[in-house]
Amino acid sequence: MSLTDRVLGDRQRLAYIASQAADSRLNVELETEGMTLNIGPQHPATHGTLRIIARLDGEQVVWAEPSCGYMHRGYEKLAEVRTYPQVTSLVNRIDWLGSFANEVPFILAAEKLMDVEAPARAQHIRTILFELSRIANVSLFLGDLGVQMGAITPVFFAFRDREYVLNLIEGATGGRFHPNFDRIGGLKDDLPKGWIAETKAVMKKLRTFCDQIEDLLFGNEIFQSRTRGIGVIPRDVALQYGLSGANLRASGVDWDLRRDHPLPMAWNKADWKVWTHPDGDSYARCWVRLQETREATKIVDQLLDTIPSGPIMAKVPKIIKVPEGEAWVSTENPLGEMGYYVVSRGELGPFRVKIRSASFNNISVAPWALRGVYVPDIVTILASLYFILGDIDR
Amino acid sequence: MSTTSSTQPHITSVAEVTAALGDRLVDSFKKDDLWLRVRTDSWKSSMRTLRESLGFHYFCFLSAIDWMPSPFGRGEDDPTEPAPERDTTIRQGYAGGSTRMQVFARVSNPINHVSVIVKVDVPDDSPAIESIHDVYAGANWHERETHEMFGIGFVGHPDLRNMYLPVDFEGHPLRKDYPLLARMIKPWPGIVDVEPLPGGGNEEGGDES
Repeated sequence: MSLTDRVLGDRQRLAYIASQAADSRLNVELETEGMTLNIGPQHPATHGTLRIIARLDGEQVVWAEPSCGYMHRGYEKLAEVRTYPQVTSLVNRIDWLGSFANEVPFILAAEKLMDVEAPARAQHIRTILFELSRIANVSLFLGDLGVQMGAITPVFFAFRDREYVLNLIEGATGGRFHPNFDRIGGLKDDLPKGWIAETKAVMKKLRTFCDQIEDLLFGNEIFQSRTRGIGVIPRDVALQYGLSGANLRASGVDWDLRRDHPLPMAWNKADWKVWTHPDGDSYARCWVRLQETREATKIVDQLLDTIPSGPIMAKVPKIIKVPEGEAWVSTENPLGEMGYYVVSRGELGPFRVKIRSASFNNISVAPWALRGVYVPDIVTILASLYFILGDIDR
Repeated sequence: MSTTSSTQPHITSVAEVTAALGDRLVDSFKKDDLWLRVRTDSWKSSMRTLRESLGFHYFCFLSAIDWMPSPFGRGEDDPTEPAPERDTTIRQGYAGGSTRMQVFARVSNPINHVSVIVKVDVPDDSPAIESIHDVYAGANWHERETHEMFGIGFVGHPDLRNMYLPVDFEGHPLRKDYPLLARMIKPWPGIVDVEPLPGGGNEEGGDES
């Protein structure tokens, strides 16, 4: 006996069947007219100024095309007229939620060309600050995720707990958003007194935050029905479009640059796990990011216990000239693979810098992923792909 | 981790790539990465071979380099003085080359984490090469960006609209002979003698020798 039979009486059942029949007839008879929907550039779901032009057929997207360039600042050109130490203040502003992580690959590329390696203590502190920027960045993503689906509470939790992390970054570097702290050969300063104990306390808070978000969002039925099976990106498509970071791992590719591409950083000195998810849907992408935030707090905790003593700067000349050559360094940033291709001509500044930012590739899959979805899912799919406008437009 | 392992990521054997690419490979260079240069007319087929035969499934990026040094230097000239003569001899980087502009791309194998950087010469008289958007779908946007920034055409690309710049924008900003207008309008503050800080005498500030 079906549900309708049990709940409804005979008369009601007949009415129900009649309405179903009317509906199905309507669906055949109603001709839907195509329409173009413009989302953005100013829209709360776009994390900046991304414009999406969607061609709709009824409630379904026929095609959708992101339109970039509202925040293009031309960093690749600007880097060509600056000296190497000056470039870090530019690249800080690419992914503005995890700024320190943007500086690291550029500095590593310059160090690679100069054949300089930062002292062990500097590598350690760099890794800690790198992971702190990841936590600050992704915790805001986790909170914002709720807003995209109509849940307001998580974002308040996220802003509260991200503030603790930003305070730590400010304590160590002097800048909340744009630390500009990384130097060729090491770091600008050593850690302030009491910072390690403070960081440990905050990491505990952040783990509680992750648990709260997991309860609030990931266990929520509405959240699940809005994300499970929505926006599925198979492994092969993800690789072709160059998706990286959590987006790639959510499609079942077990690849993390922190583990698989050895760099002079301290990730291999901590015990942590690379999380993957086989589904490739919006839920998987969010879930992988949640787990990564947890792992990042673990990395920070472990590295805080093992900071070696010693200098924080290697011996580098006062005026930095980088020898001729080409170098590519990429790291696993909060948003994905962020890399710099630096061409040097032995001058004070780089000859050419190609900035490979994660969001540009991550969002380039949007026309593919948005085809055929329903209008409300545009927002959740874009949210789960997670982009920062500065990281798309550079 | 020792210094050697940290600066030596996994490198695929040059022999393996050379065998697969055959005479399409013009030059290769191996340092801590592997650079390849392929013939211009075999750009697409080489990328297809890399993807389908050698398992480089992950598309990292595609861009271009203009090897001509900028006639404007680093934008630090005094606009009131006549511009100094600059050497604009074209000199290519790793894996050589024979043209002013080169397109380069990086692809990776997601299983063994091997990556290669592939370069290709772009003909000077008609700057256009084949589009690889049907080999790597992600190249679509990268080719659009390269097209507007360098003026390089991609034959077979479905839609070479501007990615960032307005439709009526003239010029290709990342070419070296495109001046950085901000530096043309306003002189670089570095060329002006910096005034001494209030309170600090000229003699005291002399420790930066």
